[in-house]
Amino acid sequence: MTQFEVYRIGPEIKVGAFDISFTNASLFMVISSLAILIIFNLGSKKNSILPNKIQLLAELSYSFVSKMISDTAGSKAKPYFSFIFSLFMFVLFCNMFGMIPYTFTVTSHIIVTFILAAFIFIGVTVIGFIKHGFGYLKLFVPSGVPIVLLPLIVVIEIISYLSRPISLSVRLFANMMAGHTMMKVFGGFVVSLGIVGGWLPLSFSVALTGLEILVAFLQAYVFAILTCIYLNDALNLHH
Amino acid sequence: MFKKLFLYSLIANFFFIKKIFAAESGGMPQLDPEFWISQIFWLVLTFGVLYIVLSKLILPKISANLELRKSQIQENIEAAEKQRESSEAKLKEFDGIVLKSKIEAKNIFKDAREKVIKNINSKKEILDKQIDDEIKKAEAEIETLRQSAPEKINKIAVVTSNEILKKLIGAEINNSSISAIVNDLVKKNGDKYYGH
Repeated sequence: MTQFEVYRIGPEIKVGAFDISFTNASLFMVISSLAILIIFNLGSKKNSILPNKIQLLAELSYSFVSKMISDTAGSKAKPYFSFIFSLFMFVLFCNMFGMIPYTFTVTSHIIVTFILAAFIFIGVTVIGFIKHGFGYLKLFVPSGVPIVLLPLIVVIEIISYLSRPISLSVRLFANMMAGHTMMKVFGGFVVSLGIVGGWLPLSFSVALTGLEILVAFLQAYVFAILTCIYLNDALNLHH
Repeated sequence: MFKKLFLYSLIANFFFIKKIFAAESGGMPQLDPEFWISQIFWLVLTFGVLYIVLSKLILPKISANLELRKSQIQENIEAAEKQRESSEAKLKEFDGIVLKSKIEAKNIFKDAREKVIKNINSKKEILDKQIDDEIKKAEAEIETLRQSAPEKINKIAVVTSNEILKKLIGAEINNSSISAIVNDLVKKNGDKYYGH
């Protein structure tokens, strides 16, 4: 579990009663953000009709996210494109940097994913109330449900709505943590079984690395697409 | 006694194991709130900066690039379409010209043929006329020759008879009496001599 430990880098910084010291988690947040900014800055610098590799990468990511948003949330979600793009890229890069040995996985901390999810939840709720007023509460009353079942359904809908930030954050956090823990466990097997029996867990470890890279991408994608779906609920309100 | 000792050791062991586990894992570091505030602060800071820079500076540029490329490709496609249309029109025009010139050539050929035929016919007519004339002339000549032939023959006959008689008898006989005889003979046997 040492790989998930947060420790201070540099001096302790305190603002009032709050400790906001620069930690290894902060370091990898900064590294991820900087990597995103550098790659996309390079990708948008030159505008050639035939794009070079990095420009192609940037433009493919742009159209990928853009298509994802328009498919799930429709054209009304266009103003939120840059937020979802940043979110997707941030989560993706944090996950991917976590795959490098001896690095720290920012998204394997529940507090980070929960803050992101809570921000999305609050933002989506606010957007829903701004767009539809109190009509947004119709989200909890699905159409075409028998009147007898309605109280039950409404309660279930409210619970499911309120549990969105938790499910969203725990999904990402648990996936990242479980993957890294599993790799750690297999790594421990390699060490304990030594040169004679360590090959089997080593091969598992290699396979798991591939799987984890897939999971790192997939979880970022799921995080972004669920955000789009929540946004779709808030913007279009057809339940 | 032993029983008691065993129980103690078991309890001690239990505590010891628990202590070991606590030291090894220490629970999940994620649930330790020591650095939560720090993580929240840095998350908000880095993500906020990332969002602002991406949305204000970088994404509009990428979007503009993509738009530009799209419009350029569209333009090129339109230009190509236009050129295709114009080339098609030109091809049609060319086909029309070829067809027209073919018809023209046919007409010219037809005209020329007609003209030649006409020419030949007229010339033939003239020639026919000439030939007819010649034939008529020749026939007339023959006719005149034939008309004058008996007289000449009569004359020759008279002179010849006269000469023969002179040589045979030695007497000169009047030409007029001989010619009377010849005329008489011609009248009698003329048809036989001249094949009428």
